[in-house]
Amino acid sequence: MAEQFTYLFSHSPGDWVTMIYTTLAERIRNNKPVVLLTVIDGPNVGATLLASPNLNNLGTIGDPELDRVAVRDALGELEAGRTSVRNYGPSGQVTPEDLRDTPTVRVFIESFSPPPQMIIFGAVDFTAALARVAKVLGYYVVVCDAREVFATKRRFPMADEVLVTWPQPVLTARGADLGPRDAVCILTHDPKFDVPAIQGALATNVGYIGVMGSRKTHAKRLERLTEVGVTNSKDLDRLMSPIGLDIGSRTPEETAISICAEIIGKRVGRSVPSLAKSDGPIHR
Amino acid sequence: MREILADIDHWRSQNKRIAVARVVDIEGSGPRDPGAAMAVNQDGEVSGSVSGGCVEGAVVAEALEILASNSPGRLVKFGYSDDEAFAVGLTCGGTVHLFIQPLTW
Repeated sequence: MAEQFTYLFSHSPGDWVTMIYTTLAERIRNNKPVVLLTVIDGPNVGATLLASPNLNNLGTIGDPELDRVAVRDALGELEAGRTSVRNYGPSGQVTPEDLRDTPTVRVFIESFSPPPQMIIFGAVDFTAALARVAKVLGYYVVVCDAREVFATKRRFPMADEVLVTWPQPVLTARGADLGPRDAVCILTHDPKFDVPAIQGALATNVGYIGVMGSRKTHAKRLERLTEVGVTNSKDLDRLMSPIGLDIGSRTPEETAISICAEIIGKRVGRSVPSLAKSDGPIHR
Repeated sequence: MREILADIDHWRSQNKRIAVARVVDIEGSGPRDPGAAMAVNQDGEVSGSVSGGCVEGAVVAEALEILASNSPGRLVKFGYSDDEAFAVGLTCGGTVHLFIQPLTW
């Protein structure tokens, strides 16, 4: 069943217009996708419309056909997580011929996508620091460890969720939601835990997979991955292992910064000094 | 927008009039991406930011003027400030386009 906005339409247009802000704020706070369209130039400047997938629109930017065309475009932008300005004719015209003799309506399409997710496997010392830095960057942070004494909300108050479970069920349940903006960080050094976490993460489209460990740990892990059949070079290339940038980090906080910097660099396609792409000692 | 919701809610509960300024486009180097938002209430109180602190003062003045004149909103552009001494602008050399409108929705 389609989700419904939690309000009743009132009889006065002035009243439902004021629902745009409250609905926008509610959806942003609940991490629900929503897109705000605003006429920034041309007829009906200042007119505002709020759209969400599978929900009725709130408001209008001046014309039913313009609303239809612009909302179609806006939902596409929302899906891609993009914010942009688009030009239309007053009745939603989009082709250059149709636009020639009409005023231009410039529409600011502002996407509010749910925050990217970071799933951290392993409730170790580095986890709290990484979770904190990830929160600063706006991630929805999930900490997961099978050991009940370590995976507690008290140890990780900054995490949005703390799960006491094995990697496989988490990645089976949530893997389909993971995309290019998301990250999986595997900080446990325990082979019982990190190999299934790597296998599970490789089965998703997650943009970043980082695995902590010394170069020696990394070499042994590669052997164990080979034993379970993870040998495809495309798969192995996705693993940022050892995790993080070669910036000489020592403390958990510095390591967290090096991991998050690597995530940013990978996401935007910059060449950054990843430990995974170099050799030599991690700590000099 | 997320970071200014709490202040906006607070001001709305006090029935303050509010203007919202949003970065809609940038050319060249700009400190904040489209979507960066700042809110100004009728008393000149500010929440959020739209640049690295370079143009916020001028945005407050524009926002108050928009609230006072019952304007539906307007586009405002800030560019490089080198050619005009003391003019407001971005020292980084870019141009930022803002849309400032009263929060009547």
